[in-house]
Amino acid sequence: MTLSESKDFVVDSSNLKEVRMFSREVFEKINLPQEQKDELVLAIAEAAQNIVKHAYKGIEETKDKMQIKISLKDSKLEIGFFDKGKPVIPENIQHRKLDDIKPGGLGTFFIKQIMDEAIFKKNQKGWVNHLVLTKTI
Amino acid sequence: MAYKVSENGNISTVFLDGEIDMDVTEKAKEIILPLVEAGKEVHINLKDVSYMDSSGISVLIESHQKALEKGTKVIVKDVSKSVLKVIMMAKLEQILNLE
Repeated sequence: MTLSESKDFVVDSSNLKEVRMFSREVFEKINLPQEQKDELVLAIAEAAQNIVKHAYKGIEETKDKMQIKISLKDSKLEIGFFDKGKPVIPENIQHRKLDDIKPGGLGTFFIKQIMDEAIFKKNQKGWVNHLVLTKTI
Repeated sequence: MAYKVSENGNISTVFLDGEIDMDVTEKAKEIILPLVEAGKEVHINLKDVSYMDSSGISVLIESHQKALEKGTKVIVKDVSKSVLKVIMMAKLEQILNLE
């Protein structure tokens, strides 16, 4: 199966619900167990949340958009996130240790649990950050 | 997210409804934390919560830790299968009081 869908969202926490709706609609077209679809929606929502929370940290309101692109080719699922926020330094991204029980720092851990790979690509024309999550499904 | 709070003696039950994400965590904290601060035993009922992400999990952790500080407890009740999966992914099923 081949599929490729993308959508732009204004970078704001109030749009995370729209991100989930878009993701659910796309995954409806893919034959996967509901549990796996729910996990993938969570991974996408966490990555989108990271853009709002970190790439746009300290920016109260913006008209900037982020783009989410979900592609499936054969059994390889690729989810791209594009934003124009502050440049992400991949080496600085760390999830907290799970035995250090405190609020926060779980989103990146969830993404790593759910997806096979999460990498930041460089030189994406017109964007600052380009995160790619992949998973063989 | 909608919510309802019921009181029974020293127990406050907070019924949350909907999806708990970053956009509503401040509101959830505003509802739950004052009850914990007041020394109430707080039951968070998640029967009608269909989705929770890491932000929602943070609210549960913060409430739990605040309750420990105050010498009371927070019990998370009627967790749906999908939310339980997220709690377990965070390996918190042994930390939070789940019923």
